[in-house]
Amino acid sequence: MTPFIDALLLQAGYNAALVAIGAGLLGFAAGASGTFMFLRKRALVSDAVAHATLPGVGLAFIIMVALGGDGRNLAGLLLGSAVSAWLGVLIIEWVVRRTRLAEDAAIGAVLGVFFGIGIVLLTVIQTMSAGRQAGLESFLLGSTAGMLFQDAVVIAIGGSLAVFVTWLLRRPMTLVAFDSDYAAAMGYDVRRVDLLIMGLVLAITVTGLKLVGLVLIVAMLIIPPVAARFWTERASRVIWISGAIGGASAYIGAALSASAAGLPTGPIIVLTAAAIFVISMLFAPVRGVLAAVIRHRRFQARVHRRQGLLALAAAHPIREGYTLRLLAREGLVRPDGEPTESGRAQAAKIARDERRWDIAREVHQDAGLTGRYDGLTPIEEVFTADEIGEFDRRLGPPTPVGAV
Amino acid sequence: MGTEFVQFSLTPILIGIFSAIACALPGNFLILRRQAMISDAISHVVLPGIVVAFLLTGVIATIPMLLGAAGAAVVAVILIEAIKRLGNIEPGAAMGVVFTSMFAAGVLVLEQTDTSNVHIDVQHALMGNLESLIWFRAEGWQSLLDPAKLASLPDELARMAIVCAMIFAAMLVFWRWLKIATFDEGFAQALGIPASAIGFGLVIAAAIAAVAAFDAVGSIVVIAMFICPPAAARLMTNRLEHQVIWSIIFATASAIFGYVFAGYGPMWFSARNAVSAAGMMATVSGVFLVLTCLFGPHRSRVGMKAQDDAV
Repeated sequence: MTPFIDALLLQAGYNAALVAIGAGLLGFAAGASGTFMFLRKRALVSDAVAHATLPGVGLAFIIMVALGGDGRNLAGLLLGSAVSAWLGVLIIEWVVRRTRLAEDAAIGAVLGVFFGIGIVLLTVIQTMSAGRQAGLESFLLGSTAGMLFQDAVVIAIGGSLAVFVTWLLRRPMTLVAFDSDYAAAMGYDVRRVDLLIMGLVLAITVTGLKLVGLVLIVAMLIIPPVAARFWTERASRVIWISGAIGGASAYIGAALSASAAGLPTGPIIVLTAAAIFVISMLFAPVRGVLAAVIRHRRFQARVHRRQGLLALAAAHPIREGYTLRLLAREGLVRPDGEPTESGRAQAAKIARDERRWDIAREVHQDAGLTGRYDGLTPIEEVFTADEIGEFDRRLGPPTPVGAV
Repeated sequence: MGTEFVQFSLTPILIGIFSAIACALPGNFLILRRQAMISDAISHVVLPGIVVAFLLTGVIATIPMLLGAAGAAVVAVILIEAIKRLGNIEPGAAMGVVFTSMFAAGVLVLEQTDTSNVHIDVQHALMGNLESLIWFRAEGWQSLLDPAKLASLPDELARMAIVCAMIFAAMLVFWRWLKIATFDEGFAQALGIPASAIGFGLVIAAAIAAVAAFDAVGSIVVIAMFICPPAAARLMTNRLEHQVIWSIIFATASAIFGYVFAGYGPMWFSARNAVSAAGMMATVSGVFLVLTCLFGPHRSRVGMKAQDDAV
C-alpha cells in the first residue's frame, strides 16, 4: 500500500510524478471534451476518430522518410494522424448527409476501413526500412511509462486549449446536443457545431494518442461523461464532473501502475475509470440503480399501506403478507389482522378522503385539479381547507369504520 | 497460376471470402436495425476472451480460444444490455463503456501473464495473419482431388466454411422472422414472432462470425467486413433479398481483390514484399462503399433527390 500512497503524493520519483500529472491533465481534458459527443448520442464517433488516426501516422512516417527526414518525428506523426482523423470525420458527416445510410453504419465503415488502410501502411513501413519503425506500434496501445517532460507540456497546452474551447462554446454545443432543430431555428449552424464537437474529440485523441494508444483514448473520452451523467441533470455540470472523473481516474490509475511492476498504465487508467463508472451507476443519487430501487420500495410501501387501510375501512380481511407486516410495524393492526384504534382512525381518514375525491370530481370540472388523483397524493395538497369543508358538508357527518 | 497459386494463394483467398461472407450476412440485418456498432464492440472483446481462455486452459488451441472469445462476446452483449436498461444510457455509449473496459482488462491480463513466448499478441489479434494460412503440401490443382493432400489444408478453411454455411442456413431458416422483426418489431410481436429472441440470435450469429474470422483477418478488419459490403449493398437496391445478394458479391469481390492487391500489387510498383491482405480487404471494401455512395442507384433518402435537384 505504501508505494501506492507514495505515488499518489508524487513521492515515487520524477518519472512517476510526471506520468501522474500528465495523465491527470489528459484525463481531465478528455472527460470534459468528450461530454458533448456523449450528449449528442454519438459517443462511438470517438472510436472512429481514434482508429482513423492510424493511416495518418503511417503515411506521415513514409512521407517524412521519403523526404529524407527522421520518420519518428512526433510533431509530424501527430499532424498526419490529425489530418487523417479529420478526413474520417468529414467522411462520416458526408455519408450521413448525402446517403441514406444511418450514422452507425458510417461510423463503423470509417473505423474499419481506415484501420485497414493503416495496417496496410504499417506493413509497407515494415518492409521499407526494417527496425526504424519500432515506435509506430506504440500508437496502438500507447507507452505511458515513457513519458517525457515535453510530452507533459504538450498535453498541458493541448488539454487546456480543448477545455477552454469546450467552456467557451458550451451553450451552442448544449443546444445542438439536446435539440438540433431548435438550435437551427435559433440561427446556429448545426453542421459547424457538430464538426466543432468532433474537432475537440480529435484534438484530445491526437494529444493522447502516443501516451495511452488509440484503443484506450476512446475509453477516456467515453467513460467519464457517461459516469458523470449519473450525478447531475445539468449539462453545464456534466462537463466539470466528467473532467474531474477523467482526471481522477487517470491520476489514480497512473499512481497505481507506478506502485507495482507489471501494471501497464493505459489499461489501469481505463479500469479505474470503469470502476468509477460502476460506482456512479450503482450509488448516484436520483439516477443511480440503488436510488431507483429505494424509490421503488417506498412507492410500493405507500401503495400497500393505502390498500391495506382501505381494506380495513371496508372491513375486508387482508391476506397480503407484506401489507400486514407493514401495517403491524406502524401499529395499525394487531398481528392477527384486527385493526388497532389508530388503525381504525387512519382507515376512516383514508376512506373519507376517497369519498371527498368523489365529491371533488362532481363539483370541480377542472381536470387539472381532479386529474391529480392518483390514490397517493393527500387531498389536502390539492384542495384548500375551505374546499374540503365544502366537500364534507355535502358528504354528511363522519361514519365509524365498518358501519357503512 | 499453377502450383504456386494453389499452395500460397488459394486457401487465403477462400478463407478471406468465407470470412467476408459470414460477416456480411448478419451485417445486413445489423445495419438495417441500426446496430452496426455492435460488431465493433464484439470485435474488441475478442482479445480479452482469448486471453482468459488461454489462462484457463494454458494452451494455445483453437477450440478453447473460440469458446473464450464467444463467451466474452456474450458477456459483453449482456453487460451492454444491463447498462442500457439499469443506467438508462444510450446504446452507443453503453457499448463504448463496455468494450473499452473489457479490452483494457484483456491487455492488463496479457501483460500480467507470461505470454511473450507464445503466439498471442495484441497486434496479431488486431491485424490477423491471412498470409500465413497456406496449403504447403499442395502440388497444383490436382491436389484438390487427393484426399491425403486435402487433409493437410489449414484448419481455418474448414472452420470458416462451416461457420459461413451455418450462418447462411440460419438466415434462410429464420428469413421471414428476421425480415419482419428487422423492419417492424411491433408488428412481429403482434404476429407472435419472438422478436427480442431473434435480435439476440442475430447478435450471437454476428459474434460467431467475428470470432471465427478474427483469427484470419484480425479483429478490427472484421468490422469493415460486417459493415461495408452490406452498406454498399443497401445503396444498390430497395429489396432485402437483392441487398443480401449484393452484399455477398461485394464481400467476395473485396476478399479476392484485397488479397490480389496485397499479394501482387506491390510487385507492380516493383516492391518486393506483400502488404497486409486483411488490411487490403478492408480498404477494397471501403472503395466499393465510396463508389456506391457516389453512384449507387438508391443512395439517397426518399425525397432527398428531388431536394438536391431543386438546389
